[in-house]
Amino acid sequence: MTRPRGGEGMAEINIAVKKVQEKFPDSVLEVKTFRDEVNVTVQRKDIFEICKFLYSDPDLQYQMLADLCGVDYFPQAPRFEVVYLLYSFKNNHRLRVKIKVGEGESVLSVESIWKAADWLEREAYDLFGISFANHPDLRRILLWDGYEGHPLRKDFPVEGPDFDKPFIPEV
Amino acid sequence: MGIETYLEKTPFLPYLDWIVNWGRKYSIWPVTFGLACCALEMIVTSSATWDISRFGSEVFRPSPRQADLMIVAGTLTKKMAPMVKRIYEQMPEPKWVIAYGACACSGGVFKTYSVVQGVDKILPVDFYVPGCPPRPETLLTALVQLQKKIQNETLADRKNVRNSLEMK
Repeated sequence: MTRPRGGEGMAEINIAVKKVQEKFPDSVLEVKTFRDEVNVTVQRKDIFEICKFLYSDPDLQYQMLADLCGVDYFPQAPRFEVVYLLYSFKNNHRLRVKIKVGEGESVLSVESIWKAADWLEREAYDLFGISFANHPDLRRILLWDGYEGHPLRKDFPVEGPDFDKPFIPEV
Repeated sequence: MGIETYLEKTPFLPYLDWIVNWGRKYSIWPVTFGLACCALEMIVTSSATWDISRFGSEVFRPSPRQADLMIVAGTLTKKMAPMVKRIYEQMPEPKWVIAYGACACSGGVFKTYSVVQGVDKILPVDFYVPGCPPRPETLLTALVQLQKKIQNETLADRKNVRNSLEMK
């Protein structure tokens, strides 16, 4: 694996994490690095502030929310996890921010920071049931209105609970 | 209903049948109903190498009111099903349906909460074309078989059109 910029890669990684750790000392729970990827786990209550900071800080400028997705770790205690994948054009660097969310808890929406979060959070709500506070229009996006259940949870059967019943579309 | 009830009693029926079926089978106009990947195979069937217009399907009509064949190509999801049924009901008689591809025949690999296990759960299907995706030649084979099926139809069958085409 070529690293033409020598030790600069490591310095880049540490800048973002270091700044977050300086500004929000109690928030950062865990920092993991895998090859070139940096994963930071933070507290759920601080996510909006941290994202705002990462977006607006002049050195970091994570202007792009590349992805926002949910994960279900069913038997574990905080059941869900929301993963934010941020990209900075200025530094050409990606950062992954994760938060653990329990079953009935809600997360502050980052839609006011990145507009892309609008539909991504709707997808997380539709498929997992993670609700986002301050979201302008939180409703189902992939499944139809009136569908009950959140399919991507681990305790939802793959075929759907009503697989044996006949399907009659409402025209 | 209509003229078919009188035609049964005349000796002209077989000849009339032959002419009408000849016209219908050599000018089948499909309605564009591609849902997923099989749609591309259907589109390619109308391109130069496997030219579907030499079988009469010169144009794929965008409006269902001007079409007589519906090729359901692709996975049918439960969210899309009411729309498919509505478009089928907008097509005028006589109409036929070809289920193209594994997903349209029986749900394909997707035995999930959101996929209808086959288009025949909501529409009456005349031909099933298996494959993932089926080659364009297979669609042409289905079209030729459909032409043979149309040849064997008779106007007298159309007397009780409503009853003969009820789904349930």
